[in-house]
Amino acid sequence: MKIEKRAVGGINILELEGKITIGKGDVALREAVQQLLAEGADKILIHLEKVTTIDSSGVGELVSAFTTVTNRGGKLKLVNLPPKVNDILQITQLITVFEVYDTEEEALASF
Amino acid sequence: MSERQLHLTVGSRFENVELVQSAIDEAMAERGADQDSRHWVGLAVREAVANAIKHGNRLDPSKRVDVEVRIDGGFVEIRVSDEGEGFDPAEVRDPLAPENLFRTNGRGIFYMRRFMDEVSYAAAASGGTSVLMRKRIAAEPASSQEQ
Repeated sequence: MKIEKRAVGGINILELEGKITIGKGDVALREAVQQLLAEGADKILIHLEKVTTIDSSGVGELVSAFTTVTNRGGKLKLVNLPPKVNDILQITQLITVFEVYDTEEEALASF
Repeated sequence: MSERQLHLTVGSRFENVELVQSAIDEAMAERGADQDSRHWVGLAVREAVANAIKHGNRLDPSKRVDVEVRIDGGFVEIRVSDEGEGFDPAEVRDPLAPENLFRTNGRGIFYMRRFMDEVSYAAAASGGTSVLMRKRIAAEPASSQEQ
C-alpha cells in the first residue's frame, strides 16, 4: 500500500492507495498514524478512494487509529469510501462509528 | 464453467496470503467467474489463510497451510487446513455486540460467513483446524469476456 501525506489548514490527510491487508498495509497505516500523533497531529482525515481491498486486519487498524486519536482528544474521519470498502464497514456496523464523508471539501469543513 | 481443481501448500508467512488469493483469483477468472464473486471469495480466502497462519499455526514457519480448491458447476469450494492445536468457532465473540464494536480483531470469521454461502469447521487430518467454504459464483457477462 502507498500512503501520501499532506496537510490542509491544520488537518492532516493520509491518502491510502492499494491494499490495507494483513502483514503490510495494516502495519503501514499504523505507522503513519503513529507518526502523525508523535508530531502532535490531532485532526486526521483518511482518504480511501484508491483502496482496492481491505481485510479484517485493515479494518482493525482503522478502528485502532480511531480509538487512539479519539482517546487523545483528537478527531479522525474518513472520506471517499469505494463501494466495497463501504460494504465492509457496513457489514460490521462500523459505518456508524466513523464519521464518513463523500467529498474532501465536506470532510475538511467538518473539523 | 468447466471444473478446475487446485491444491496449494504454503508456509506460515503472511506474504503467502497474497499468493494463495492470487492463485485462486486467476483460477476463477479462467473459469469465467465475475469480478464481484472473485472479490468476495478473495477476501474470504484471505481471512481463512490469515487465520490459519496466525491463530492456527501461530506464525510457526515450520507449520504449513494446505489449501484445496474446486471450481465446478457454478460453485467454488475451498478448504483451508492448518497444523495448529484446533479451534472452537463457538468461542468467537460476536463482532456486532456493542462491547466488541471497538475491538481491533475478531471480525475475520464473521466476514467469511458473510462473503460465502456456507462456512463450516472440522478437525483437519493434520490435527489442526480445517475450514470449508462454498459459494455459488456468477459468470462474467459475455460482453466483458470479449474485451
